[in-house]
Amino acid sequence: MEKEVMSSLKMAGNILCSASSFIRKCIFGDLRVGPIPNHIAFIMDGNRRYAKKQKLSHDGAAGGGGRYDAGFWALMVMLLYCQELGVKYITAYAFSIDNFKRKPEEVESLMASMLEKFHLLDILVKRLAVRVHFVGNLELLSNELRASAMELMEATAAYSKSVLTICIAYTSRDEILHAVRESCEQKRIDLEFDNDDDNEIKLMKVEKNMYMAVAPDPDIIIRTGGENRLSNFLLWQSCWSHLHSMWVLWPEIGVWNLVFAILNFQRNKTYHLEMRKKEKEL
Amino acid sequence: MWHLLHVTIHLCYFAINIANALESHLISKGLLRRYKSLHISKLQYLAIVIESEDCRTSNVIELLQWLADLGVKHVCLYDMEGILKKSKDFILEKFDGATLFQENDVLLDQPLMTLEFASLSDGKEAVAKAANVLFMKYLKSGSTSSYQGEQIFTESQMGEALKTVGGNGPEPDLLLVYGPARCHLGFPAWRIRYTEIQHMGPLKSMKYGSLIKAIYKFTMVQQNYGK
Repeated sequence: MEKEVMSSLKMAGNILCSASSFIRKCIFGDLRVGPIPNHIAFIMDGNRRYAKKQKLSHDGAAGGGGRYDAGFWALMVMLLYCQELGVKYITAYAFSIDNFKRKPEEVESLMASMLEKFHLLDILVKRLAVRVHFVGNLELLSNELRASAMELMEATAAYSKSVLTICIAYTSRDEILHAVRESCEQKRIDLEFDNDDDNEIKLMKVEKNMYMAVAPDPDIIIRTGGENRLSNFLLWQSCWSHLHSMWVLWPEIGVWNLVFAILNFQRNKTYHLEMRKKEKEL
Repeated sequence: MWHLLHVTIHLCYFAINIANALESHLISKGLLRRYKSLHISKLQYLAIVIESEDCRTSNVIELLQWLADLGVKHVCLYDMEGILKKSKDFILEKFDGATLFQENDVLLDQPLMTLEFASLSDGKEAVAKAANVLFMKYLKSGSTSSYQGEQIFTESQMGEALKTVGGNGPEPDLLLVYGPARCHLGFPAWRIRYTEIQHMGPLKSMKYGSLIKAIYKFTMVQQNYGK
């Protein structure tokens, strides 16, 4: 009797999944009639509030580290949906330099959780042919984490179907400073070897040295958790980005949230394009 | 089906706009209690981003008057093309209650509102100019050691370099976008790390009640700054 009930439940579950998958495919097909963003960036806010709601421990080492697990899977689901829609570039704000100010045990737990997730990420991105970039001040990470990140970047360098950029130990100000420093170093070397007799650093040079030069500027920046600020994320790249804030906490983000964000983007697409053109003229 | 989706979204926003217009009317009449007392002191520096094609000086002056009535002391007016910069003298002449913000001004309570005018050239181009200032320092230091680099390429040095080229004002606490879409239109990136960004719709449809609501919402925000 119990087996029959379980079997019926499983069948009902499969039917529901198939039905929701069918509806999703239809909606995505409709969305593709309009312009699809080339690059979506996510500020993954709300993990701690979600963990509090679900009463999850923050201590990953003790096996209660579900706090960021749900956030990781939410990112993977978004990656899948974006790939299905045809969004080529996805960027996620995983860890800010400002986050180092948190309690040491929390930072340690988060770093341990990230290292653990890299192995899962490795399997998933290879399956989906996704190129992975880790951008930020990677020198601030532990040797182990940095080495794993470099390994994953090398392993996926040949993939081109989608590009997932994970901002880790990142802030915009640090990125701008890094780009300025690199530009100055390169200009000094050019002057020293007489490769260049113009000692002015141009804007294009600074832009080429940005961490985020690996992707075009984002079309949409989605922030979950209900806040309306960029928190030192993609400040340089977001001039013409549609800023979309949603109340849902990051681990709870679903397909309808993404669909709504893209519909909003499509409403204003012409305006964003015009602004980008104007910037070039100015 | 795509058109149906967009018509549905359009109708939803239409309904939301009507509700917002009604709420704004009630707020401006003082009928909604919670908006009656604004903790305006929390708003140290306000930035207003306006779509350049929407920059009617009469609307801008009216907006400034509203802000002055609410007690806002320091405002930065930004538009991409610098139309407001060009109309700076006219605006300061027509709006009695303001003086031009000076680079070295400290954000203290002053009798008159201070006004700063910014445009796209104060953003990325200013950073490129500041890069050249730091480059000169770097060359003058004569050393290529990483220690020297760490002393020169710091946030405070960058801030000073931006001041030198005229591209650094205070970081706004709140940025109000008056335009068709929710984007900051190139407001200087260096200055909006933790700035709350609120979209207000086109300037020609601006409402006093909506302004109060936006400032109220800002005063209720708690920031962790990454912690």
